[in-house]
Amino acid sequence: MELLINVLAATVVAGTPLLLAALGELICERSGVLNLGQEGMMLMGAVAGFVATLTSGSLVVGVAAAILAGIAMSLLFAFMAVTLAANQYAAGLALTIFGIGLSAFVGAGFVGESIDGFSRVAIPLLSDIPLIGRVLFDQDPLVYMSLVAFVAVWVFLRHTRGGLLLRAVGEDPEAANANGLKVLVVRYLAVAFGGGMAGLAGAYLSLAYTPMWTENMTAGRGWIALALVVFATWRPERVVLGAYLFGAASILHLVLQGLGWNISTELLAMLPYVVTILMLVLLSFNPARTRLNTPLSLGQPYRPGR
Amino acid sequence: MLLLERRPVDSTLMRWTSPVLALVLTVITGFVLFMAMGKDPVEGLTFFFITPVSDLIGLAELGLKMAPLLLCAAGLTVCYRAKLWNIGAEGHFLMGALGASVVAVQLVDVSGFWVLPVVLVAGIVAGMLWAAIAAGLKTHLNCNEILTTIMLNYIALNLLLYAVHGPLKDPYGFGFPQSVMFGDAALLPDLIPGTRLHLGLAFGLLAAVSVWVLFARSFIGFQLNVVGQDQRAAAFAGFSARRLTWFAFLVGGATAGLAGASEVTGPIGQLVPQVSPGYGYTAIIVVFLGRMHALGIIAASALLALTFIGGEMLQIAMNMPKAITGLFQGLLLFYLLTCDAFIHYRIRLKQPAIKPTPKAVTAATQES
Repeated sequence: MELLINVLAATVVAGTPLLLAALGELICERSGVLNLGQEGMMLMGAVAGFVATLTSGSLVVGVAAAILAGIAMSLLFAFMAVTLAANQYAAGLALTIFGIGLSAFVGAGFVGESIDGFSRVAIPLLSDIPLIGRVLFDQDPLVYMSLVAFVAVWVFLRHTRGGLLLRAVGEDPEAANANGLKVLVVRYLAVAFGGGMAGLAGAYLSLAYTPMWTENMTAGRGWIALALVVFATWRPERVVLGAYLFGAASILHLVLQGLGWNISTELLAMLPYVVTILMLVLLSFNPARTRLNTPLSLGQPYRPGR
Repeated sequence: MLLLERRPVDSTLMRWTSPVLALVLTVITGFVLFMAMGKDPVEGLTFFFITPVSDLIGLAELGLKMAPLLLCAAGLTVCYRAKLWNIGAEGHFLMGALGASVVAVQLVDVSGFWVLPVVLVAGIVAGMLWAAIAAGLKTHLNCNEILTTIMLNYIALNLLLYAVHGPLKDPYGFGFPQSVMFGDAALLPDLIPGTRLHLGLAFGLLAAVSVWVLFARSFIGFQLNVVGQDQRAAAFAGFSARRLTWFAFLVGGATAGLAGASEVTGPIGQLVPQVSPGYGYTAIIVVFLGRMHALGIIAASALLALTFIGGEMLQIAMNMPKAITGLFQGLLLFYLLTCDAFIHYRIRLKQPAIKPTPKAVTAATQES
């Protein structure tokens, strides 16, 4: 039982950065913009959060810096992909390559430094619930933020006018524009939200998961988050499930080693990536479902007054 | 207010000036960056762009770095022309290096002219097999190739790490994760004696020429272009998108695999974990910057090879972080895509909504 709780809690921790980034990307894609720059934005969030925390001594400042860095990166992307109507694939890739380079450059002087990262804070009462309490409510504050973000995104998409407008823009920007919606403004906001969440996801890595900075520390999580959104068919509740599933895959090697299995770490480290591909394969058996749920204008630039 | 307006016809002039403009903007940004860091910008830029290639050794090093970029970029060009977003050159490269090493390690003590070709072919085949996974996932299971190739890159990296920590590890290597040194028969001959420049650059140039022939002279190149520009038109013409996808991916895998094999049999001479400083990813920039054209990618690969050496030079000469290489590469791609917007669009001053002046009216009529 104790082992199970520990494994589940570790799963939630490993899944949290994926959850944060994927929720942001979900909103972004629901507006019709595909931002492949997740990895770059996460890295910038990670390095900004770490450097800000190290210099200011405050984790709150670090988190704020990470979110701002993510937003700044996403605005660069929005300028290219939304304003200049550039190819979204190319612009997103550019953002990732730029983010990898810039983060390594900014963080070069901070490799090897260490900070006191977020520690766990048990929520009174809630953490006393058997099993779930220890797994979900005896975690660090950023995990709680991710849960709040999930509920907020879910409510926003399902039950608010704003969510409706966002979906309208993603499904049919022409019609949304005809109804007086500022399509480009909505898309900018959605991209910026995605950037902020990716920055936060990066901060989770450098401030909570492993409180330090190393080059390329996201190790493909930004890409996994992108796959996660597809896998979740653009539904927030499925994003949560998927994120924790990937979390489980990425800590499996620790569990197996704990159980005394003698498998090479390098081979086990492949698991999350293999699982991602398997998930995409699984999804392909039901193409109709994917087609039905994909925001119709996803990936297509919109020029008003064409 | 400025208004972005679609050009009636794409601008050919802008298509070719855009990379130059992007380079100029990158250099200007670099200038500002050096100043912000309190370094002499002229000295910094000289160390980055000029010093590395001011002698024969430097030029040879440039060629050395150009080889893998050119090979990877040639293969990616075939994919990108058909709008197949293969991001997997890094993975194909690593598998090529791994495949070649597996064979080369078995043949350490063997001599004979056939050893090197066998080793190189092993690398090519390994790269092609790795690319075939992504191709199959795309054509038969309709999986997004961007995501699958990226994932395969990470898997390939872990496979390579597994190999150098496990089965291929040199037992007398003092515990370092690396293979034994390959035998002389498995090493690529030098192009210029006294430098590290090897036959790999010739492979790269050959690949670029082949790409030119493919698209300028062959039917399959034409088909790839059509698929890239209009899938429906290609379908109506009876071109098999599935077959073309396989072709593009296998070419991409073969060239990047050869690049990986040339790297381990060329300058390195053994398999090490850091066999690639990101050649496969940088090759993506080469393709875009080189306008998916043979001559263009040759020039672009030289420029991006320079960013690798320039970064090392700055680290040695001015104690700057080596990561400046990645930063310059990112900036370059970024500016390029921004400038590329003006191939399709032009900027016009938005006309006032109320009472257009006679001047604006004449301008508008001339416009249409």
